[in-house]
Amino acid sequence: MSVLVLLEQRGALNPCALEAATAASAIAKSAGLELNAVYIGQSLAGQEGELAGFGLKKVYAYENTRLGHYSNDGYVPIVRELAQELGATVIIGSASAQGKELCASVAGRLGVELVQDAIACRWDKGLHATKPVYAGKVISDVVINDSPAMLSLRPNVTVIERVFGATPEIVRRDMPEVSLRTVIQKAAEATTGTVELTEAKIVISAGRGVGGPENLPVVEALANAMGAAFGASRAVVDAGWIHHSHQVGQTGKVVSPDIYVACGISGAIQHQAGMRTSRIIVAINKDPQANIFKICDYGIVGDLFEICPLLTEAVLQAKG
Amino acid sequence: MKIVVLIKRVPDTASVFQINDAQDGIDTSRLKFVMGPYDEHAVQEAVNLKVAKDGEIVVVTLGGPDAKDKLLTALAMGADRAVLITGDGVDSLGHRGIAEALAAIVREESADIVFAGKQAVDDDGSQIPERIAEILGWSHASVITRFSLDGATATVDREIEGGQLTLEVPLPAIFTTEKGINKPAYPKLPNIMKAKKKPMDETSLESLRLSATDLCNKVSIGQMSLPRQERLTRILEGDNNTQVAELVRILKEDEKAL
Ligand SMILES: Cc1cc2nc3c(=O)[nH]c(=O)nc-3n(C[C@H](O)[C@H](O)[C@H](O)COP(=O)(O)OP(=O)(O)OC[C@H]3O[C@@H](n4cnc5c(N)ncnc54)[C@H](O)[C@@H]3O)c2cc1C
Ligand SMILES: Nc1ncnc2c1ncn2[C@@H]1O[C@H](COP(=O)(O)O)[C@@H](O)[C@H]1O
Repeated sequence: MSVLVLLEQRGALNPCALEAATAASAIAKSAGLELNAVYIGQSLAGQEGELAGFGLKKVYAYENTRLGHYSNDGYVPIVRELAQELGATVIIGSASAQGKELCASVAGRLGVELVQDAIACRWDKGLHATKPVYAGKVISDVVINDSPAMLSLRPNVTVIERVFGATPEIVRRDMPEVSLRTVIQKAAEATTGTVELTEAKIVISAGRGVGGPENLPVVEALANAMGAAFGASRAVVDAGWIHHSHQVGQTGKVVSPDIYVACGISGAIQHQAGMRTSRIIVAINKDPQANIFKICDYGIVGDLFEICPLLTEAVLQAKG
Repeated sequence: MKIVVLIKRVPDTASVFQINDAQDGIDTSRLKFVMGPYDEHAVQEAVNLKVAKDGEIVVVTLGGPDAKDKLLTALAMGADRAVLITGDGVDSLGHRGIAEALAAIVREESADIVFAGKQAVDDDGSQIPERIAEILGWSHASVITRFSLDGATATVDREIEGGQLTLEVPLPAIFTTEKGINKPAYPKLPNIMKAKKKPMDETSLESLRLSATDLCNKVSIGQMSLPRQERLTRILEGDNNTQVAELVRILKEDEKAL
């Protein structure tokens, strides 16, 4: 009987791994279960200290250069076998791109139910999860009556908390003998300096209101000043002004930053699906009737070509 | 080559959603239903592959009889044959059960390749295709934005946080499609007419030798609700400079977010 956390890494431990540990820690405490974690990657060395404070008993580390990048063949058997060895009754992972793939595959391999992309979870005689459905237009509270009960947690919605002092014991394990069928031909890192959308604390997005690709730098300058990731509405992507990887919304990415700034975006329901769970929503739009003002916290009615440069300046000054 | 495409009939998410009286589901009476938006990309990718390499496309769905409509759409887009898994017990399945049933068809069809959407936009499950791959012991790649096939190896692009991977995946394999991989072609009238003459088979859990009781959903819905509207909707006042200064002050001092 225990809770198992899947610690996601990409070179270094991802913040979402510590968010999952925070959520799992609360579950283990209310359920009176032991808490363990699994790290699969190239090397955990030097990062052990980050895993203190969650009440983790043991962290099982499978370190191998062949495990540096996620692969189904490499990762899934490890999690399955460990879950069985530990008698895990709850497994918590991250709803990042690879975390979702891992969780779905592990659930498939174990033949148990899984709730992906939960925004909250708790223990009350069983694992409860809160999860957006219908592209975020409806919120569903569910109970997962399976063993192990699995869920993946949406990145950026949990505040990392370290409430227990103890440091976990690190149990180093060899990678099982498996052949990795899928070959990674190329792993392209996003260009340096750009912050990844789904993990960013601040996201600044441009909509059709920017008028054309030549004007994107006006909004990009603001993003740089705020240390923000750069998002876009579908209108901007469809017009070919920016790559689809920047799209926020139902058919793009789901982001939950501390601050989301929508510049020249009307606030269509499909766009909202991708940013509704942001903590603070700021809207800049010249049309006072724009839908975005109905769902924002702070709105500025004005021309983005005037507001963005002023805001860039003011932010740089405020940051000193 | 045998290609299977998995599609699901889902509500158009542009609809206005209302919660039912029991608060454990949505009121479906006034919803418009469509083929999953990502599934359209899956169908198109199969059609593109057939054009390039020849083969047969079988489109499969599990659901009520209403789902036939969406199978027809896929046939009109270029699929050759359709299979509907329906009847007793299909409503009681969770993701685990749906994946078992679909995997049974993929096995029965001796498919070489399966395309599915990256997620069904009803319960946003994001797991059926990955489960099928595990059930069948196949390779898979999720959320791909480019696909090409050379012999028995597919090369695909897959976006992850902070980068992009190019993967070589040996067949048989299952792939889930992301928007951007292709542009689904809206079926033309003659093709819609022709689609009606293409074969559409029905099967049941029983004929697939699956037990709805064993596979019933172990995730139960406690309550459904509409997201709470708790935004401040505060429109700032004054000239541009005043508004900007006030916003920065709020973000920094009140919200402590800068
Ligand atoms: C199935 C489906 C899926 C979809 N998925 C997505 C999705 O994932 N993401 C998404 O974003 N959309 C999505 N859409 C599209 C969505 O419905 C909208 O069409 C889109 O979001 C509009 O983009 P926009 O707000 O940039 O453009 P518009 O709606 O054209 O709005 C532009 C706004 O800019 C303002 N503006 C113009 N000039 C200025 C200026 N100088 N200064 C300030 N403001 C200015 C205007 O007042 C207007 O409000 C989807 C649609 C469908 C049907
Ligand atoms: N009932 C179903 N019938 C056929 N295909 C399905 C069904 N449910 C899900 N799928 C396929 O699996 C994909 C992902 O669904 P999900 O895992 O439910 O988000 C969908 O886009 C479909 O391609």
